[in-house]
Amino acid sequence: MPKRLVIVGAGTGGLMVANFVARDLHSEIERGEIGITLLGEQETYIYQPGYLYVVFDLMRPAQLMRPVRELLAPGIRFVHDRATRIDTGKRQVLRSDGDALDYDVLVLATGSGLNLDEVPGLREGGHWFYTLAGALRLRDALRRWHGGKLVLTVGVPHKCPVAPLEFTMMFEQWTRQRKVRDKTEIVYTYPLGRAHSIQAVADWVAPEFEARNIAIETFYNLESVDHEKRVAHSLEGTDLPYDLLVSVPAHQGDELGAASHLSGAGNWYPTDRHNLRVQGHDDIFTLGDATDLPISKAGSVAHFEAEVLADNLVGVLTEGAQPTSQYNGRAFCFIETGLERATFLSFDYEHPPTVPEPTNAVHWFKQTYNRIHWANLKAVM
Amino acid sequence: MDLAPLRIDARGSFCPGPMMELIRAVKGADVGQVVVVLSTDSGSKKDIPMWAQKAGHEFLGVDEHGDYDEISVRKAH
Ligand SMILES: Cc1cc2nc3c(=O)[nH]c(=O)nc-3n(C[C@H](O)[C@H](O)[C@H](O)COP(=O)(O)OP(=O)(O)OC[C@H]3O[C@@H](n4cnc5c(N)ncnc54)[C@H](O)[C@@H]3O)c2cc1C
Repeated sequence: MPKRLVIVGAGTGGLMVANFVARDLHSEIERGEIGITLLGEQETYIYQPGYLYVVFDLMRPAQLMRPVRELLAPGIRFVHDRATRIDTGKRQVLRSDGDALDYDVLVLATGSGLNLDEVPGLREGGHWFYTLAGALRLRDALRRWHGGKLVLTVGVPHKCPVAPLEFTMMFEQWTRQRKVRDKTEIVYTYPLGRAHSIQAVADWVAPEFEARNIAIETFYNLESVDHEKRVAHSLEGTDLPYDLLVSVPAHQGDELGAASHLSGAGNWYPTDRHNLRVQGHDDIFTLGDATDLPISKAGSVAHFEAEVLADNLVGVLTEGAQPTSQYNGRAFCFIETGLERATFLSFDYEHPPTVPEPTNAVHWFKQTYNRIHWANLKAVM
Repeated sequence: MDLAPLRIDARGSFCPGPMMELIRAVKGADVGQVVVVLSTDSGSKKDIPMWAQKAGHEFLGVDEHGDYDEISVRKAH
């Protein structure tokens, strides 16, 4: 009987873990000693950071998509279905088609999704660039943009903590390129008392936005949207009229966690910050956006976690070993500061980031990464 | 009628966790009700009074308990 590793979620973290483990254990898989199953509700993988470029007509959707099956290392079985519940007693993942998958070790890589219903009127009055459909609708709205007032609102938590800043700065330069900057007013809002949750970023953004004539409204928690009058109301009592409302809605974890009594507040999995075990379950691990760890929800985080987790899974699957590799909170985020320059943040649990001077070289590095992300997913880089 | 205070345990959650938990609770509370958040994050003591002032709610103070703080706000409107 082979040892069975089941991974739920065929996104960035799930694919990377599956591929790292499959490459390390290819002989064991060939000999039938280990079986790896990846269960995913989507057959097509989408590179989400690309949405930011789709919005400004800088990338086409087709450039962001690949069939999941083409991204898998040999030996991984892909099952296209949704996990509806985990039976931790029977060690089974129940599927929406009624079947069940038995596991010895389980990885939950179910990511995060938008909560669009928390704010009344947002669906009708707002735009967002955190889904492909949303990005395309916003792209169409920008194609019609001749000036007016753009209001950006942010709900927390959300993935890619710097994307709202990137959108704002890219939009600002884009209006200059389009020669409509003088007819465009930009208001960036943030739920906290400063412009970003990461202090170094907040300190950098304030003068940067002032120099670019982008207004910052802090302590702004979007409460409701009057889509007929085009006014965004905050919980703090600030009303902002808008011509275009772009919102980064608050995120939540997948329902699977609640259905399985495994997740806590916000549907995030309570996670050991070093070995990535779901607390209280020796045979269940998690990574990426799905955890409750106090770190950014970012693809790079999922990547660094996948390396650590794969190391540990190899030991667990082949020798029944305890996990020894430790994740140290490492994160890396590019920040596009317009359409020609970028900077980056690099940090971990112990070391908060600083913001280096933006350069054209970092921008091109990011452009290159957008096109070679696939090699990273396949764990060949 | 006195409403029982709402207590939220946000210990172990980091900035902006406790403040966002408090904001969410104030949103769902009744006018006049007190919301108490338990926080181990030192930033909460600074951020929450500033938020309450901006949002027009009454900041009632901080009770320090060694390794955590109890921060109270009364929903004013
Ligand atoms: C606009 C935007 C810009 C971004 N920019 C960056 C950036 O510059 N840098 C960066 O590092 N990150 C960036 N990110 C974030 C990055 O895309 C995510 O953090 C990353 O994809 C997280 O990986 P994950 O595996 O946790 O989740 P995902 O990649 O979202 O994958 C989760 C998968 O699980 C599936 N799933 C969920 N529940 C179930 C279930 N019950 N059964 C079966 N399948 C299920 C989902 O369908 C999905 O395919 C950005 C994201 C967005 C939206």
